[in-house]
Amino acid sequence: MKYALLVHQSQEHFDRRNDAAAVAAGKAYGEALQAAGIFVGGAGLDSPQNATTVSVRDGKRQVHDGPYAETKEFLAGFGIIDVPNLDAALEWAARHPAAGFASIEVRPLLGSHFMVGTPKPPK
Amino acid sequence: MSEAATSVAIESVVRDSYGRLVAYLAARSGDVAGAEDALGDAFVAALKRWSAEGVPEKPEAWLLHVARNRMIDAARRKEVRQKSETFLQQIAEEAQAVAKTQEYFPDERLKLLFVCAHPAIDPSARTPLMLQAVLGVDAARIASAFLVSPAAMSQRLVRAKNKIRDAGIPFHVPEPPAWEERVSFVLDAIYAAYATGWESLMETASTHHALAAEAITLGRMLTQLMPREPEALGLLSLMLHCEARREARYTSDGKFVPLDQQDTTLWSQSMIDEAERYLRSAAAFKHMGRYQLEAAIQSLHANRAKTGRIDWKEIALLYEGLVRVAPGIGSLVGRAVAIAQAGELAAGFAALEQIPSDRTADYQPYWAARGHLLRLLNRKDEAREAFDRAASLTDDPALREYLFQRSADNI
Repeated sequence: MKYALLVHQSQEHFDRRNDAAAVAAGKAYGEALQAAGIFVGGAGLDSPQNATTVSVRDGKRQVHDGPYAETKEFLAGFGIIDVPNLDAALEWAARHPAAGFASIEVRPLLGSHFMVGTPKPPK
Repeated sequence: MSEAATSVAIESVVRDSYGRLVAYLAARSGDVAGAEDALGDAFVAALKRWSAEGVPEKPEAWLLHVARNRMIDAARRKEVRQKSETFLQQIAEEAQAVAKTQEYFPDERLKLLFVCAHPAIDPSARTPLMLQAVLGVDAARIASAFLVSPAAMSQRLVRAKNKIRDAGIPFHVPEPPAWEERVSFVLDAIYAAYATGWESLMETASTHHALAAEAITLGRMLTQLMPREPEALGLLSLMLHCEARREARYTSDGKFVPLDQQDTTLWSQSMIDEAERYLRSAAAFKHMGRYQLEAAIQSLHANRAKTGRIDWKEIALLYEGLVRVAPGIGSLVGRAVAIAQAGELAAGFAALEQIPSDRTADYQPYWAARGHLLRLLNRKDEAREAFDRAASLTDDPALREYLFQRSADNI
């Protein structure tokens, strides 16, 4: 099953994400996921200050500055892994280098038909 | 066979095999609700067929076969055939093997218990889930025992079952290092059933009473499924010790009787003996834990039936161990009382005073204990206040009356 690991963290920790130790730990974790053959995709996210939120209501496009919701802890990154079951996903979530201070939300992807993969070049 | 006789036969299969059948099907499909539905249909079919043709030699194999067909139908309807084909095939093969040989189908109830008490399941759903999926207790009865509306309880159960299926909670027996914690979740969920049944024992024939019995059934099952887990033995011993005192907790006219004043001739000695046996078996593993300590404390209380006295010093020691492994408010209050009863009145009261007030505000036993110790310290006015506060925190009318009585006995 495929699971998303959604990393929610505070501004305080987000600001320290480029510390050498944090970078090294993140890289090592990514490599471990690859080596285990379970890594589907994932990335760290830029600051919510650089987010722009779009919606279409009554056929009219609405664009506003900022994230969908202003919260103390926000989505700072995500990974998608393919493992046999929830216990395995929880184990990998616990190993996430941010798990010691952030919260890792583990959510199954919707069904097996979810679109994950490398984009194909346009025809 | 008459319809009445058939339903008796079905009832006996339900009692003996319901949990095994649900566990078996769910462990293969990952879908508890689907397994229950299919089995429900199979029981309906059995009622029809068995009254005409008699109960088959292997009723479980028959039920499994029908339930499997129902699951195939359900899979077709939902067009999830591909995903389910493997396990349906597996069930078909195993059902055939069971039918042909003397073998019983594999017992997957332990896996089901671990799924019900999985940390990813809402804690308030774990106990109801166990009662329903493993024992087949119906949702309305569970709702009434837990004092919530049947609709709310059904919703809680449906959510939990959906989560098991959709989040991919695995049906497996955990291994170390997760083992100990996962076992404690299972034990806690069973104990919660017992405690819920225990609290309102006044209504003797009520669903609460039945719930305590169901909890003991689960406890027995667990000791059979994990015979090498001393805490499972400890929990069963604890529940049996409490259950042994059922008849002594209230007088015939409904008055509350505190443990140290109960008429020990009303205690069930056979249940106490059984509890003691389990506690001894647990001790042989030399791995102490919360439930063994709690059972050992109850065992010392049970000793009063033989010796006429309570060894409070020993009880205080056990509480000392208990607060280390399970520093809940209950063990902190119990420890303070035991210290005071063992002769260290001032130290006991000091221990009570050290419990943070945010944890005691609505905890009735704390205020009752406080009243008791203040009375022993001859601080009469404060004692009365504490007893009044305790009385206003209980929902058991008999206990409330007893606490007001203690408040009024201002000697």
